[in-house]
Amino acid sequence: MKIAVLSGKGGTGKTTVSASLAASIGHCQYIDCDVEEPNGALFLNPQITDASPVNVLVPYVDEQRCDGCGACAKACRFNAIAVVKGKVLIFPEVCHHCGACVIACPKDAITEVEREIGVVEADSESSFLQGRLNIGEPITIPIIHQLKRLTRDDVPVVMDCSPGASCTVVQTIDGCDYCILVTEPTPFGLHDLKIAVSLVRKMDIPFGVVINKAMPEDQSIQTYCKQESIVVLMEIPYMREIAESYSNGMLPVQMNEDLRNRFVQLYDSIKEGAAS
Amino acid sequence: MKIAVSAKGNTMESDMDQRFGRAASFIIVDAQTMEYEAIDNTSAASSGGAGISAAQLVAEKDAEAVITGNVGPNAMNVLKAANIAIYKGAAVSVKENVEQFNKGTLEKIQTNVPAHFGMGGKE
Repeated sequence: MKIAVLSGKGGTGKTTVSASLAASIGHCQYIDCDVEEPNGALFLNPQITDASPVNVLVPYVDEQRCDGCGACAKACRFNAIAVVKGKVLIFPEVCHHCGACVIACPKDAITEVEREIGVVEADSESSFLQGRLNIGEPITIPIIHQLKRLTRDDVPVVMDCSPGASCTVVQTIDGCDYCILVTEPTPFGLHDLKIAVSLVRKMDIPFGVVINKAMPEDQSIQTYCKQESIVVLMEIPYMREIAESYSNGMLPVQMNEDLRNRFVQLYDSIKEGAAS
Repeated sequence: MKIAVSAKGNTMESDMDQRFGRAASFIIVDAQTMEYEAIDNTSAASSGGAGISAAQLVAEKDAEAVITGNVGPNAMNVLKAANIAIYKGAAVSVKENVEQFNKGTLEKIQTNVPAHFGMGGKE
């Protein structure tokens, strides 16, 4: 059972929900796929014992063989190569590692070399995994791929996605059994929820909504979900004590018995939702 | 001397585009005769590396100088490798900028602006 937690809008409570769910399930694997700023570790306090670098392949030009014809620059769909005055300039951080330049070169002057873009870290039982993209790197996908290769099949898996609904999120939720869409009752929360809904519908993944910071006087999310026949899995009330505990690195489930029970129930309703 | 001016349109009367990599077009002008050729900047809408590709484009046109507003780090590297000088233009027409260049009043740009400076609605 692989569960992904996404939101569209940032700051709605993906980490609160995914880390709380992982803590409530107990024996499971939590994967922080928000590789630009992983923060699940702040709440789950894993003992990281393994760190493996994530490498990508980027072109390297043998200047002895290169005659400056420019075929590599023309083949590159990502503008990562320029050829001026017969000299090849490579921009590794713009490269998407497709290898087209290697194929295009008529002189076999291009080989590929490894370049590190980030790291994958795990605890000794691989019950906690996180990806970390190096600062300044723009491409997250190779790290997501490496995290997904390390996904366990023998326990439930909870994946904390990055915000938004672009490539990183698409790669993360691909192949998941269920998606939890976390939102909040604000105009932005609703707007970005609609984008996330259209994404999971397009990818045909069963899903439900968790409303965080819920307030009785604002029913905008409930109204939308009713219209769209979307199941609302849980409402987490807008409470100062949740924010206070979060700022101290504590999850709501660690401070409130009622919330803990509701996260256990949340997992049960997800299992039903994924099966139906 | 051939000069490439980043432009919002395709004539000498078009306004200079402050952005280099994502300029709508480049006007390649012979500074002596004022004869010109307009070329579309095919990389203006690319998802990444626009400056690299735009610099390659003006290098292929054998421009010896560029007049623009701002240049990013990658484009700067390509233009330097191609030995193309960069001059800071003003938000007036291509023609007026070339006239100022001929008078020697345009300042040379030595430093680039940060990556993605011209994105996000900035002019």
